Formats: sequence, C-alpha cells, structure tokens
Amino acid sequence: MSACVKKRKIDTECRVFNKTWTLKYFFTEVKGKAVCLVCGEQVASLKDYNLNRHYETKHADKYQNLTDAERVQTSEALLAKLKKQQGFFNKLHTSRDAAAKTSFVISHKIAKNTTMTHQYPALTPEQKKELQDIAERIVAPGKGILAADESTGSMGKRLNPIGVENTEENRRRYRQLLFTADQRIDNCIGGVIFFHETLYQNTDDGTNFSQLIRDRDMVVGIKVDKGVVPLAGTDGETTTQGLDGLSERCAQYKKDGADFAKWRSVLKISDTTPSELAILENANVLARYASICQQNGIVPIVEPEILPDGEHDLKRCQYVSEKVLAAVYKALSDHHVYLEGTLLKPNMVTPGHACSTKYSSEEIAMATVTALRRTVPPAVTGVTFLSGGQSEEEASMNLNAINNCPLAKPWALTFSYGRALQASALNAWRGELNNEKAAAEEFIKRAEANGLAALGKYESSGSGTAAGKSLYVANHAY
Amino acid sequence: MTHQSPTLSEAQKRELHETALRIVSPGKGILAADESVGLMAKRLAQVGVENTEENRRQYRQVLFSADDRINGCIGGIIFFHETLYQHSDNSVLFVKMIRERGIMVGIKVDKGLVPLAGTCGETTTQGLDGLSERCAQYKKDGAVFAKCRCVLKISDANPSQLALAENANVLARYSSICQQNGIVPIIEPEILPDGDHDLKRSQYITEKVLAAVYKAMSDHHVYLEGTLLKPNMVTAGHSCSTKYSPEDVAMATVTALRRTVPPAVTGVAFLSGGQSEEEASVHLNAINNCPLAKPWILTFSFGRALQASALRAWRGHKENEKAATEQFIKRAEANSLACQGKYTDGDNYGESGQRSYGSCHAY
Repeated sequence: MSACVKKRKIDTECRVFNKTWTLKYFFTEVKGKAVCLVCGEQVASLKDYNLNRHYETKHADKYQNLTDAERVQTSEALLAKLKKQQGFFNKLHTSRDAAAKTSFVISHKIAKNTTMTHQYPALTPEQKKELQDIAERIVAPGKGILAADESTGSMGKRLNPIGVENTEENRRRYRQLLFTADQRIDNCIGGVIFFHETLYQNTDDGTNFSQLIRDRDMVVGIKVDKGVVPLAGTDGETTTQGLDGLSERCAQYKKDGADFAKWRSVLKISDTTPSELAILENANVLARYASICQQNGIVPIVEPEILPDGEHDLKRCQYVSEKVLAAVYKALSDHHVYLEGTLLKPNMVTPGHACSTKYSSEEIAMATVTALRRTVPPAVTGVTFLSGGQSEEEASMNLNAINNCPLAKPWALTFSYGRALQASALNAWRGELNNEKAAAEEFIKRAEANGLAALGKYESSGSGTAAGKSLYVANHAY
Repeated sequence: MTHQSPTLSEAQKRELHETALRIVSPGKGILAADESVGLMAKRLAQVGVENTEENRRQYRQVLFSADDRINGCIGGIIFFHETLYQHSDNSVLFVKMIRERGIMVGIKVDKGLVPLAGTCGETTTQGLDGLSERCAQYKKDGAVFAKCRCVLKISDANPSQLALAENANVLARYSSICQQNGIVPIIEPEILPDGDHDLKRSQYITEKVLAAVYKAMSDHHVYLEGTLLKPNMVTAGHSCSTKYSPEDVAMATVTALRRTVPPAVTGVAFLSGGQSEEEASVHLNAINNCPLAKPWILTFSFGRALQASALRAWRGHKENEKAATEQFIKRAEANSLACQGKYTDGDNYGESGQRSYGSCHAY
C-alpha cells in the first residue's frame, strides 16, 4: 500500500496576504500566517472573510471610531510593538547561540589548560635569580637569622619576667641594643626578622632600623602572618591567617626594605593529632603565602612548626615531621613555588618535653637530618631551624651536631633563633641603660656560638661533650 | 596518622638500603634485560631472528657471558620472568651465573599497561594482584630488586591529574609490597619523548610527575633509602624542532631532580628511552658533570642503549656471539665512565669534561 500525501485544497489556492488588511483589520503577516496585531492571535487562513470575522467579533468595538489618520497611527504603533516583541526573542536566540558558541570555545580552552600540562611561568628568570640570591645571602656559610619578630603580645611575655614595662619605647630600646651590636655579628647574622612595628622604628639618633640592618649587609625580613586561628572539628588544632591583602602588604614591605618574610604554622603531636586536615590546611596556607611573597620579590621562609609539647619519643617526632614536610613540599609543588627562592624553618626533631627518655645531640641530629633527607628537595637553598623551647646552649649544641652528621646534607643548615639568641641578653639588660653593653655582649656571644655551630665547629664550654663525628650511632636507619 | 605503625624492622631496612647501594656502587649501573616476549619479538625481528624461547635464551646468554670487564660496570641486571628460570649452555642457571659474579638480580614484576577510561589515551599499569606472593617467590629464586614501569605522555591534554595520581599510587603500592618482601623496588615513572614539546615543558612535567610520585611514596610509608628511581632524562620531544646540547639536557634533568627527589633516595638510574647508545652515554656523562649539588648517585638502567650494537652484531649466529658480547662490554664500560663523569667519546659529540653549563639554571 503506497502512502500518499493527501491533497489539500488550501495548498493550491495561492493565498497571499493583502496589505490592505493591516489597516482594515489590524493584521500582519508573519511567516506566511496572518497574525492579529492587537491580540497576537493567528488566523487559520489568509482569507478576507476570516480576518474580518476575527476583527469584528473581538476588536471592532475598540477601534471603530478612529479616523483614517488615527488608524494609520494605531496600526503603525501596533506593528512596532510586535516587531519589538519579535526582536526580543530574536535577540534571545542570537545571544543564546553566541553564548553557546562562546561556552564551547571556553570549554575547549579549559579542557586544554586545566590539565596542568602547560606551564604558565609564575616568575621570570630575573625574578628567580633575585630570589635565589637573597636566600643564599641569608644563609651564607657561618650565618643564620636573628628572629626578632616577637609580636607585641609575645614581647609582653619576654619583658614582664625581667620587670620591664611593655611599651613601644621599651620595645624600641630593646631591639636597638640588638641591632647596634658591634661588627662581630656581621659574620654570623645573615638576616633579621622584624615585627611590623619595628620596621618603622628608629635608633636614638634617628636611623631607621631597617636601613641600619641593610647598611650592615644583613637582609631584612618581616613577619607577615596574623596569628593562629582554630580549625573547627579538630582536637584543638589551628591554621594560620594572614593571606588577605598579603600581596599589597608584601609590595609595601619590599619598598620599605624587606627582602624576606616569615609565616608560622603550628602543628602538635598527641594521640589524635596532627590530623589529616591540619596537615593539609597548614601546608596549603604556607604554599599560598610562599607563592604570593615570590610574586613580590620576597623570599618566603616556610615555617611548619611541630610543637615539642607532649610525651612522644624521638621516633614519633621524626615520623610526624616526615609526614608534615612531605605534605608541605607537595603543596609547594602544586602552587608552583620556586624552591630555590625559599628557606625552610622547621623544628629540630626532638622528643616531647614530657618524654622520659633522654637523647644525645647526635641522636637528635641523626633524626633531624634523616627526616629532612626524606622530604626536603635539594633545590631548597637553606634550612634555618627554630629553637622552640630549647635553651641557648642546647640549641647551639644541637645545631652543631646536625652539621656534623655524617649523612649527605645538600642544603645549608643553620639557625633562625629567637629566644636561643636573646635569653641571656634580656636577662642582662633588665631595661637598664647601664646594662646595654653587657646585654649586647651576651647576644654577640650567642650569635658567634651559633655561627660556629652552623659550620659544625662549635665547642661548648659548659656541660655536654665535644662535637665531632665519633659519637654518631652507626645505625641511622630509623 | 599520628602513630607510626611498624612497616619494616631495622634489619629489613638495612638489607634494603645495602642492596640498593650495591646496585648503584660507584661506576656501576643496571642492564635492563627484561624485555617481555612481545617486545623481544620486535627486537629479534629487526635482526632477522625468530622469536623462540631458545633464541631468547641464547641472546641473553650472549649478554650474561660477558667477561669480568663488566663486573665493575654492571651492578644489577633486570630479568624477565622467563629468563629467571633459564640456563646457560652448560646448564648453569642464569641467576646463579650472575649472582656469583657479584651482580644483583632484578625482576620485572608489572603486567603491562592498561587504558584509563575517560582520558585521552592514557594508561596505568597492572600487576598488583598477588604481587606479595610473587615477590616472596622471586626472592627465594634469587632476585633482590624489582622493576615496575608506568608511562605518562605529554600532549595538549596530557598528562591529566588522574594519570599522575593513579600512576604515582600504583608505583607506591608496588614499592610498599616489594619492601615487605625484602625486594628493592625500582620506581619507573617514564614520560615518553613522543611529541613536539620543548625542553622546558618536559622539565615542568617531569617536576610535577616526580612530586606526585614522592608524595605517594610518603603516603604509603615507603622507605626511600631502600628504593631506586628510574626516570627519563629531561629531553625535548622527538618532533621538537629545537636542538639542545648535552649540557642543556643535563641542567634540565638535574634541576628537575633537585626540585623533587629527596636526598634519601639512594640512586637514580636513568632509562634511555629512544636515545642511541652514544647519545645516552653522552647525556649521562653531562649529567654527572653538572655543577649543581646532586646528593644521589646518578647512573644508568639501559636496555637498548646497552644492547643495540650487540643485537645487530649477533643476528642469531653462533659464530657472531663473541663479537656481539664485545659490543655489549664496550657500551657497559662507556656507561661506567659516564656515570662517573669521565666519559670521553670518540664520536661526533666533541670533548667531554667541564663544558659550559650556561649561567642561567633558573628554569
């Protein structure tokens, strides 16, 4: 049975829209159909009779009293209105088409680029060179960092025990005595970390502190983090804030003489910590900070401190340190940080404060160097240890042992000490003008001791054994 | 993860570390003789030899019967499963022959590449099933190290995050299992040289791949001192129009490694990829002369780059065996010098030694 299209009478009638119908019945032609301009309704066939009937029954009462001129006006107005409506949809269609096409182009670009296969250079070779040079200057052989960036609150904790009021002037006087120590510190101190306030303070004779340090060929650094904040849902763990507006702050600090920065994240060891979240979040925040610093010509010191609080032993501290550092360097890689233009400021690997076992400097050194060897890429220019809760002597001896550790250590291993450089100086000063010289002497003494320790040449005069490789336990396979 | 669950005892760690050290002792590298049956078909076809088990045995015998000159050049040989149980003409087990010469025996344990659905032609590697039992058996049969090869490629869309994460994970699982069985894992994340990408791009990708690999190793608690890395050298793609000197290649390679490979890794034994025998030696030499600090041993784990001439000289004929073995010894000695930075080639690459490494190493 053959299918055949039924013949329709209307197809053969050649009906055409008559232009007079626009004025007479307010109709127009849209795509071969008659459309009423007043109500938008479509009439089935292009026949005078049909259009007339539609107009007479629905709209005639409204328009029958119009003059011819008014009729023309009305029909033109209605036509314009229809065109506008149509234009709306046309525009919608074309803009939707354009949107679809754009969306495709963008998706294609995204598909091409989100797969990290192409490098979008974060830094020019010149920027990289500048960063690496700064880093190398800070950790030049025999040199380390004076961490003088205690916040106002922390300074209160330092000054109260020696009976000094925590005023801006006292803080200025105290930093002054450190910064004006004589030329003996020029060989031991590669960089000084400032607190914001201190960057804009002057010596008694009006020399800006930042300028003073730079004139002595030491690099000026600035603490840029804004302290720790709690991580909800964890057992007392924290992350560090300070990323907001960090780029602008770095740009300003760079103008004001700073060439490196410091940011401290904190982790702690307990039965439940550090958690995956704390490790991940702190590593990420450190990587973001590092990336932003480098964009502004500032060398970031990356400080993922694992607190010594607790009763964990040396092995546990080493294990946690390795996990933390692995996460840190993965994050730095993900954030395209230029490792040669960074420094690491980790804790030494030590037992917890409440741990009953005692360990020698050599054991601490072996654990520390092993942890670093397993996680810190050789491209990192230097490792500047924090002293944590260690005494001045402990910190020097441990640093010395680290530098005498027989394992291959491809990064500079030096100090970035706060208390371990200043404790005796503070005690000697006690806020008195007459004590300034003696206080400065104490500081110089520790600076020189640590300068030697950074070269593995420190011989402690107090308790404790002489340095040297002989005390290293043969088994270093922790 | 705050408490460490014991993975390896001190004794196990020491054994793994010492084995790794022996494989890459100064002046020594690895002969990769682990071509699968399918791959051997390709190699033998090129020299008109039928791919039979006997021919494969005879060919490996050509290599393994090299005289004492290779004892100072070859620290380890990677076997294919079949070869582990084959004998010389004198009915001496190959494994025994090799071990008695103080050379470590290794075994390829992966089971080849499989596609990653939803990617643009990327793969992962299979072989983890029953791997522990297989390793235990191989250890009994004389193997002390293993090899698993993962493959990544560079193109507009590749490598994808998935390919990076998946292959890094497979390598870490494999490593963990090997170490549990006293086997040193060689970790091979090969990035193919196919494509027209330049040296910089290859370096960038290599850095990302290796960063992912070592994070996975950390996550899986792998003992790095008891592992070896077998990466590609950082080179431009085969169809790249720019030509780079051996020093360029060396600088890019060493920089990439310095940014990603922790010093604890005992050694890095490069694969030769598509390089000719001479190219591979010259590059390895340049790498060892690169002025940047390199805290790991940098040596070779070559297949074709040690065997190409030997294969061609042999052509399956008994009377050619001696000549073929000589070819192999020649390359072994060349690479032994190269991995100490002492290779001076006679061919068209010019003099070796402290060449100009370009002041800019800040890629």
